[in-house]
Amino acid sequence: MKGQAVSDAKNQLMGDIEQSTELLRFTTAGSVDDGKSTLIGRLLYDSKSIFEDQYEAIKATSERRGEEGVNLALLTDGLKAEREQGITIDVAYRYFATPKRKFIIADTPGHIEYTRNMVTGASTANVALILIDARNGIVEQTRRHAFISSLLQIPHLVVCINKMDLVDYSEEAYNAIKEEFSQFSSKLDVKDVHFIPISALMGDNVVERSENTPWYDGTTLMYYLENVHIGSDHNFIDCRFPVQHVIRPYKDEFHDYRGYAGRIAGGVFKKGDAVMILPSGFTTKIAKIETFDGELEEAHPPMSVTMLLEDDLDLSRGGMIVRENNVPDIGQDVDAMICWFSDKPLQPRGKYTIMHTSQDARCIVKEIRYKLDINSLHRNTEDTNIGMNDIGRVVLRTTKPLFMDTYRRNRITGSFVLIDEGTNNTVAAGMII
Amino acid sequence: MNYQLNHLRELEAESIYVLREVAAQFEKPVLMFSGGKDSILMVHLAMKAFHPARIPFTLLHVDTGHNFEETIKYRDNLVARIGAKLIVGSVQDAIDNGTVREEKGFNASRNGLQTAVLLDELEKGKFDAAMGGARRDEEKARAKERFFSHRDEFGQWDPKNQRPELWNIFNGKKQYGEHFRIFPISNWTELDVWQYLAIEEVELPSLYFAHKRKVFKRDGTLLADTPIIQKRANEEVVEMMVRCRTIGDITCTGVWESDADNLEKIIQEVSTTRMTERGGRTDDKRSETSMEDRKKKGYF
Repeated sequence: MKGQAVSDAKNQLMGDIEQSTELLRFTTAGSVDDGKSTLIGRLLYDSKSIFEDQYEAIKATSERRGEEGVNLALLTDGLKAEREQGITIDVAYRYFATPKRKFIIADTPGHIEYTRNMVTGASTANVALILIDARNGIVEQTRRHAFISSLLQIPHLVVCINKMDLVDYSEEAYNAIKEEFSQFSSKLDVKDVHFIPISALMGDNVVERSENTPWYDGTTLMYYLENVHIGSDHNFIDCRFPVQHVIRPYKDEFHDYRGYAGRIAGGVFKKGDAVMILPSGFTTKIAKIETFDGELEEAHPPMSVTMLLEDDLDLSRGGMIVRENNVPDIGQDVDAMICWFSDKPLQPRGKYTIMHTSQDARCIVKEIRYKLDINSLHRNTEDTNIGMNDIGRVVLRTTKPLFMDTYRRNRITGSFVLIDEGTNNTVAAGMII
Repeated sequence: MNYQLNHLRELEAESIYVLREVAAQFEKPVLMFSGGKDSILMVHLAMKAFHPARIPFTLLHVDTGHNFEETIKYRDNLVARIGAKLIVGSVQDAIDNGTVREEKGFNASRNGLQTAVLLDELEKGKFDAAMGGARRDEEKARAKERFFSHRDEFGQWDPKNQRPELWNIFNGKKQYGEHFRIFPISNWTELDVWQYLAIEEVELPSLYFAHKRKVFKRDGTLLADTPIIQKRANEEVVEMMVRCRTIGDITCTGVWESDADNLEKIIQEVSTTRMTERGGRTDDKRSETSMEDRKKKGYF
């Protein structure tokens, strides 16, 4: 009897885990002092993700420094230099979960000079939270954040109009900001924008609906995060499988085994599908889609699988498996928007290493078309000096063909980074147009 | 048709992707194996990533000589089962030949000494990438860590000057003599690890499950009673039901009072606990930035 009860409990648990929770990644952005750390602190606190010893530790630190109250920013500012200066230098990743979803927050610094961190955090996010101080309205930073969210094609944007308690929960103040933001964002490429009046400090409309905003009939922030539809954030149409690594077990029973390991970047692949392999252009069929846990009938993003093909063809890392009637753009000229991350400006005619999906190549900067003014969205064709945190449009010429989609179509096959050949540092993020 | 993965399968797919990048981008990677649940998870994920081939990495265990007996037994069984190659870096040997000096006194620990031995083993083996099971939810300095984390020729970490990491593109390019630390399970939380190990039915060291043990209390932490730790006169040894939440050197790994003797109970405990798992680690408590300070010097 006892054994039965134990195994029932176990089955129940396993069932719960297997059907549980999707993963949602979001990024937070705001300018200095608009309450970003407080908001994150509240989300963590209200979802019971701050531990007692963590809380005690930051409480002690706050007291030692003579600060008033518990400084929740200390939770996210992990580095010595950050704590000393009271600023966030680097992206910090935070985790919390509710019964519905598990969340990864990329907490990015609000300072202008750290645009590169915002871009980094935005690159993997499903949702961007933009904070606006209700007293100050839209500032330069807000425009910058909204623009980067659209440039990085974050599917969902939530504008949190914060510190509503300091404007007496005024509907007019909220509407004015909403109106101004909408006018600005209509010029951007954002699909799904949501507005929520909150007070991170007091907790209004964060987890609990606020009685102070009877005029607001939308959802709370937590409800939004738990329910926003992210099921179609991946591309399930264009089949793209960049080969990462070839698996060749040197064991007798797997004598002729060649497995192409990788992560599905787009589309749904099925066993038996007719496929084309790149760069050779030969066609064959998918013999098997394998995993450690057994064969699959089909595979979709973002699964990591191993493909076996019916014919023995030349295919290795950097190659790609696609559908014959739906191939990416194959070429050596890359037209892209880039965000520059290095103190040393982009060199016209300069040579860099480009990493794109599982390919490495060298490239030369053929043309700098314009530099973009993030605030006015003006395209400056006169001043094309692209320095730290600048965004510009360039054309690159690569030493070998890349298999590209536009970034709008696919965030994986449409993105790349540039690497300085001297220092090996990542100096730019690129989005293919 | 539903094309959505649940969070554990998505984390699994991400980690497998990272492990395959390591195999593709580096010449001689090594997997740092401590015998704890996070490194056990890494080994399990590596088996998945390269199936049906063997794991293309050597395992490296930095043995302080102060390990729980159960850890070593588990390690040797695992290595035999998966047919991997194991290198053991010995802190005892480093002390004996004078490379490092042992701390003295009541809170003496060999934790810090591991760094020298680790860097030495990496250099000796000419390893250009060392994978570790660190997670960003563990500790505030680790929350800032990249998947691919660059180390200079002295093995140092420069947290203020990290390479931006975008999408799923990992830049593992380096100069001769430099190496990378790689953290494939960066995005997992403690609860994720337990849930996943449970559904995957991975065998675990007995230390994680509640068992009777002689313990004593120091600075609010329960420590195992062992001849290695010098006790003060007023420190009283009692027998209790305890389990480990992290497994490290016996001198600095606290045990927790618990009756969670199976995975279901552990998951229950982890999902309701109000203390972080490293709360029992006295090595983290030496100063507010002790993890960052150690990591800069090359600690795992």
